[in-house]
Amino acid sequence: MTSGVAAQYKTDSLQHLPEVVVTADAPKEVIPGQKLSGKELEKLGGFSVADAIRYFSGVQVKDYGGIGGLKTVNIRSMGTNHTGVFYNGVQLENAQNGQVDLGKFSLDNLEYVSLHNGHKSSIFQSAKDYGAAGTIYMQTKRPFFEGDKKTKINVRVKGGSFMLFNPSLLWEQKLGKSYSFTLNNEFVSSDGKYPFRYKRVFKDGTVAYDTTATRKNGDITAVRTEAFLFKERKDERWNLHGYYYYSHRGLPGFVVKNVWGHGQRMYDEDYFIQGRYEKKFSNLYATKLNAKYANNYNRYVDGDWTSPTYVDNQYLQESWYVSSANKFRVLPYLQFNIAADFTLNTMKSNIVDFSYPTRHSLLTAAAAELSFDRFKLQASGLGTFVNEKVKKNAPAPSKKILTPAIVMSIKPFKKQDFNILAFYKKIFRMPTFNDLYYTFIGTRALKPEYVVQFNLGANYRLNTKSSVIKYVYAQTDIYYNQVTDKIIAMPANNPYFWTMVNLGKVDIRGLEIKTDVAFEPIKDMVSTVKLNYTYQEAIDVTSEKDKNYRHQIPYIPWHSGSAIASIEYKSWGMNYSFIYAGKRYNAKFNSLDTQMQPWYTNDISFRKDFPGRGKMKYRVAFDINNLLDQHYEVVLSYPMPGRNYRLTLNMTL
Amino acid sequence: MNGKQIILSGAISFILLLCGCREEYEILYSTSIETKVTEENTGNLKGFYLLNEGNMGSNRATLDYFDFSTGKYKRNIYAEANPTVVKELGDVGNDIGIYGSKLYAVINVSNYIEVMDAKTAKHVGEIKIPNVRYIKFHNGKAYASSYVAPVKFDQNARMGYVAEIDTASLEVLRTVNVGYQPEELAIVNNKIYVANSGGYMFPNYDRTVSVIDLETFKEEKKIDVAINLHRLRATKYNELIVSSRGDYYNNPSKLFFIDLETEKVTGSLNMAVSNLDILGDSAYVYAVEWSHNTQRNTITYGIFNIRTKEVVSRNFIKDGTDKDIVIPYGVKVNPVNKDIYVTDAIDYVTPGTLFCYNKFGKLKWKVDTGDIPGHFAFLYAQDN
Repeated sequence: MTSGVAAQYKTDSLQHLPEVVVTADAPKEVIPGQKLSGKELEKLGGFSVADAIRYFSGVQVKDYGGIGGLKTVNIRSMGTNHTGVFYNGVQLENAQNGQVDLGKFSLDNLEYVSLHNGHKSSIFQSAKDYGAAGTIYMQTKRPFFEGDKKTKINVRVKGGSFMLFNPSLLWEQKLGKSYSFTLNNEFVSSDGKYPFRYKRVFKDGTVAYDTTATRKNGDITAVRTEAFLFKERKDERWNLHGYYYYSHRGLPGFVVKNVWGHGQRMYDEDYFIQGRYEKKFSNLYATKLNAKYANNYNRYVDGDWTSPTYVDNQYLQESWYVSSANKFRVLPYLQFNIAADFTLNTMKSNIVDFSYPTRHSLLTAAAAELSFDRFKLQASGLGTFVNEKVKKNAPAPSKKILTPAIVMSIKPFKKQDFNILAFYKKIFRMPTFNDLYYTFIGTRALKPEYVVQFNLGANYRLNTKSSVIKYVYAQTDIYYNQVTDKIIAMPANNPYFWTMVNLGKVDIRGLEIKTDVAFEPIKDMVSTVKLNYTYQEAIDVTSEKDKNYRHQIPYIPWHSGSAIASIEYKSWGMNYSFIYAGKRYNAKFNSLDTQMQPWYTNDISFRKDFPGRGKMKYRVAFDINNLLDQHYEVVLSYPMPGRNYRLTLNMTL
Repeated sequence: MNGKQIILSGAISFILLLCGCREEYEILYSTSIETKVTEENTGNLKGFYLLNEGNMGSNRATLDYFDFSTGKYKRNIYAEANPTVVKELGDVGNDIGIYGSKLYAVINVSNYIEVMDAKTAKHVGEIKIPNVRYIKFHNGKAYASSYVAPVKFDQNARMGYVAEIDTASLEVLRTVNVGYQPEELAIVNNKIYVANSGGYMFPNYDRTVSVIDLETFKEEKKIDVAINLHRLRATKYNELIVSSRGDYYNNPSKLFFIDLETEKVTGSLNMAVSNLDILGDSAYVYAVEWSHNTQRNTITYGIFNIRTKEVVSRNFIKDGTDKDIVIPYGVKVNPVNKDIYVTDAIDYVTPGTLFCYNKFGKLKWKVDTGDIPGHFAFLYAQDN
């Protein structure tokens, strides 16, 4: 290694300093969320945001497999619909089914991904930020220019298994003194083919059957274009963000006997434009405005050879959103936030007898924060007012709901960074348009589904002066959640025909342990190890008469965990990551027939930086995922890929 | 270096701890359950098979067997009898029948009919028919209805068809296109009658019964009956009983009678019917009637006389246990002792329940089944 390379590498790490600045700039949270920074995300070598979120505690990613497969997140067993996903500060809406496919969001150009139980406990935020039982934030990088540099271009190409071809371009441009501009383009194509295997053995271990087939119709072609315009001055900043996504994919469907492939196709075209304005008028008052228009088009085509009718369903959702948050610092230790958000959601579809619903939602939040060195308390109330109209059939009744939350942290010892953390939150999720209005299935009279959360935890950070161990961080939480009026599909009168009801009660008890250690065993060899462990008991307590009374709800393992270890030495880097999901059941009735074996994946990634001519820099990364080639399913009948490879070439100008 | 070692060993032991517990999937063995009866004297009627559909996509169609000589109920016998068959019985069982020495299980989503030895449930062969629905037997042949005729895709809908299968070679001999999404069929007077539902075509349901000549294997004509037809049974009075599911809005489920002489609808009965089984002059019926207007199910258990076409009973369950049945999904009457079997599919995703009532409508026993129990086949001694 020449010293020149090492020096280059040093500059590279310097470049990431602004991230820290930005983070410090953000209001401090009473309870810190879990976070993976852009640099950590790059090391992990995953593909979509869903790949990164799997490493967090208390999270189950429902993954239907492959690059094009749906990936949704269930936080602390409360259900996917209770997860709020925010992209650059504004929630991604899906009034149709309440779920956000995180497989659609690329890890390219992200500054961080964070996850918060309850809401993010920073005082200055919009009313929507208070509106979910668990929240995920995805933040794209803000451009940063070293010295007098005005243009930065990053070209990346990923390729590998499943015929993946994924080029992307990031162009950052400084315009004048306080403006900057970013353009980010990405293209993804993959044939989605991979081998999968089903095997059963006799009691003595001899093979009963062992069959391998290829996953078909899992191809995807997608493009994403995003543009940002930023303006930043001392006490004022605004940005505009435009987003466009188009994809065309096959739905590989379930694998059952004699059915090794399906022919359904899906087309998505999403775009939105959002703007944000923030100004600090004085130490007393600051304001934040958000506005967004989003348009999501989805088309589902079923021309499968065994389907009795040709299906071509098209759905169009639009949403308009405005929000205002206002922070008042009345005393150095006392702050208030008053926020109001208004959203208009509409949905159109060509399905027969469709209702054409329109939803008006007004959310108002009031929060107060007491903040001392060793004690912080935040109390908030969220008022939700929902009115719906339909062009056809009957609308759902309007709703007025008030929900509270309390978040606190205590630092018992002055000199130790040891904190006791606690929160209580009551929140609900609205029935979706599908729950309410889907032709034949929807039920107008549905009530919202409620969740109550109690959490008690503690964290400890030790910054050592040792030359080996840099810092140690540990956090543990215990929690109890209760889901009531759970919205579930119930049979009407035949298995092809379901209806939605508020029936279901789930008791969830959990324990989470997170640790994070950084050390430097040899000079210039920086290593970090993150370990997460989650225990969850999520039992169905709907009715004592049910056969599944007190059974674990589907797809929630009792034990799950993850480990990430990374080593960096000069221009070399290596990352090892491990994910484990223990025994769980694929149906609400727990039996040997519905039991699923634990699965775990080992992923390894290597990378190396090279200096180029002038200011050019190159990076080559090679990932091996599912190193042990384990065949498993996250969702019943949806096999996951075995061992696969990915090569990334990156050039920065 | 000490700190480093602690961290490293901690991380390694954490991973090893988690790695240790994955095992191979074992085949699914059957379980034997005692019912309240130990022995039933049913002559040469030895027992019955019960086919559980399993929810779509779960590959959980399973076969159970009740043995009259022991009173034991064996759950999920297929995988144990056929451990080397890949992915077991398959996805969504829809019909079952015994003919000669063979047991036929119609597996809808798996696009085939599984053929087993009637006595042992051991695999004999399979007949591939896409989206296959119901099966009937006649004169050495099996006849099965399917939703999807192998024709060029019409943008709106696909015709259904009926296949003729040789029960010796298990080959499809002839096929004939019928109406949309055909359901039950009956073979009588050298003709096949098939109920066309058009159930996927709301609001343009099919409303006909196709008549197929067995000699030519051509559709002779279509008898106009009512929308969304499902059940179709021939009676000893040279009639067909056909049920209409209705449209779940303002057209309720109803029964129709077709005279086989004139091949015309001669009457109807204002009785909702989801499923029925006929013994003597009595048709045992249950109905789960959904109304979009009230968003509720109405459940009834009745008997009507197939000769007089009058309702004899509005509830054949006399001990009040009908309230324990959430969603009745199958009915069968024991031809020897007249016990009535009713299955409960509950919520389609948990194991169902089989209720056995005596001829007076009192609960004799009940047992847990597979998921969505619904289809019965009696096994007689002479079948072997």
